[in-house]
Amino acid sequence: LRTSIVITHHQSINQPTNQSINMSGKKLADSALRAAIHLPSSKLPTELAKSSTALFSALSGVKASLPDLPYDYNALEPAISAQIMEIHHSKHHQTYVTNLNATMEKIDSAMVAGDVSATIALQGALKFNGGGHINHTLFWENLSPNSSYKEGGALDAAIKERFGSKDDMIAEVSAKTVAIQGSGWGWLVYDPKTKMIDVECLPNQDPLEATTGLKPLLGIDVWEHAYYLDYKNVRPDYVKAVWDIINWDVVEERLVAAKK
Amino acid sequence: GHYNHAFFWQEMAPPDEAKKTKPSEQLAKMIDDSFGSMDEMKAQFEAAAAPGAVFGSGWVWVVVNNAGTKLEIVGTPNQDNPLMKGVKDEIKFPILGLDVWEHAYYLKYQNRRPEYVSNWWNVVNWDKVSENCAYVVKNHAGVPVEG
Repeated sequence: LRTSIVITHHQSINQPTNQSINMSGKKLADSALRAAIHLPSSKLPTELAKSSTALFSALSGVKASLPDLPYDYNALEPAISAQIMEIHHSKHHQTYVTNLNATMEKIDSAMVAGDVSATIALQGALKFNGGGHINHTLFWENLSPNSSYKEGGALDAAIKERFGSKDDMIAEVSAKTVAIQGSGWGWLVYDPKTKMIDVECLPNQDPLEATTGLKPLLGIDVWEHAYYLDYKNVRPDYVKAVWDIINWDVVEERLVAAKK
Repeated sequence: GHYNHAFFWQEMAPPDEAKKTKPSEQLAKMIDDSFGSMDEMKAQFEAAAAPGAVFGSGWVWVVVNNAGTKLEIVGTPNQDNPLMKGVKDEIKFPILGLDVWEHAYYLKYQNRRPEYVSNWWNVVNWDKVSENCAYVVKNHAGVPVEG
C-alpha cells in the first residue's frame, strides 16, 4: 500500500506547545490516510498508525548531548583535580545525558499513546536526569582556570546591594551550600520578582529555574562525587577552593541576561 | 546518621569470616517466603540500590514489616531510617542495610555503584543479620546499636 500525502500545516512562532502542533498534525495525517485507503473504520491498520505516530513524535529526533568542557581536565587544578574532572564529566554527566534521552523517548511514546499515567510516572526520572544535565552544563560554564572579578560591574552592584560585599556573599553562599544535607547544589540566583540576587540551595538534581522560577547565576555541586577523591569528607575546603575558579564573566553575563 | 552507620558496621565482617556465616532457619524461611530465594532477594536488593532507583544519597534496607510476618526491601533518602515514623507507609524494622551515599564507595569504585553493591555481599555477616531478624520479630522494635 503506497500512499503519498501532502500535509501543510501552519506553524506559528507563537504556537504554545510543540505537542499541540503535533497532535493536530497527527489528526490531519490520520484522517488523510484513512481517506487515501478508503477506510470507513476509525481505526488505522497498525503499521500505518505506527508510521503516522513516528512522523508526529514530539521529540522529532532531538537528543541531549554531553557538552565539551571549555578547558582541559587538568585546567582547574589545584582546586579540582583532573581525575575528578574526567570522572565527573565523562561518567557522571554523561550518564545523566544518556538517561535523559532514554527517559524522553519513553515519555514521548507514552504521550503519543495518550497514556497519561505512564507519562506522569516518568516525571521523577525526567526531573532527575534532566536536572542533572542542566545543572552540570551550567556548572562547567561557571568554572574557569582564569578567574577575574570585575569591580563596579552589574554583578558587583547586585552583590553589594544584597550582601554588602563580595566576601560577605561568599561567606553566606558557602555556609548554606556546605550545610546541604545529602546531595545537592548551592546557587547564586537572580529573583525576577524582587529583582535582586540571592542564595538558594536545592536537593539532589532538582533544577533551579524549572522548580523555583529563580534564574541561575552560579552553581556549586556538592554531591560527594564532585569532591570526594580530592577532599574526602571535608566539603568546606572544597567549597572554599571553588571560589578561586569561578568564571565571573559568565556569572555577570547570566545576570545581565536574567534582568532583561 | 549515627544509628544507620552503627547498624551498618555491626552487620559486616571481613570476607574470610563473612563467608563462614549463613542465615538462620528462621531467616532463610522468611527470605524464601518473601522473595522466593536468596538470589531473588539479592537481585531485588541490587535493583533498589541501582543509581536510577536512588535519586541522590540514601540507604537500602531489608526490613521486617510492621506485623512481623514478612521481609521487604525499601530505600530511604539521606539518613532516614524505616524505623522513623512517616518515612514509609508504616514503621518497619531493618535487619540489613547498605549505605549508598557516594562517600561509602567513591574512593574504591568511583561512579561504579553496581560493582560496589555486588561486592558488598562478600562482607555481610549473615549470623548477625539472623540475630537482627530474631530480635525484631520477637520485640517489634529496632535493633539496638552501640554508642
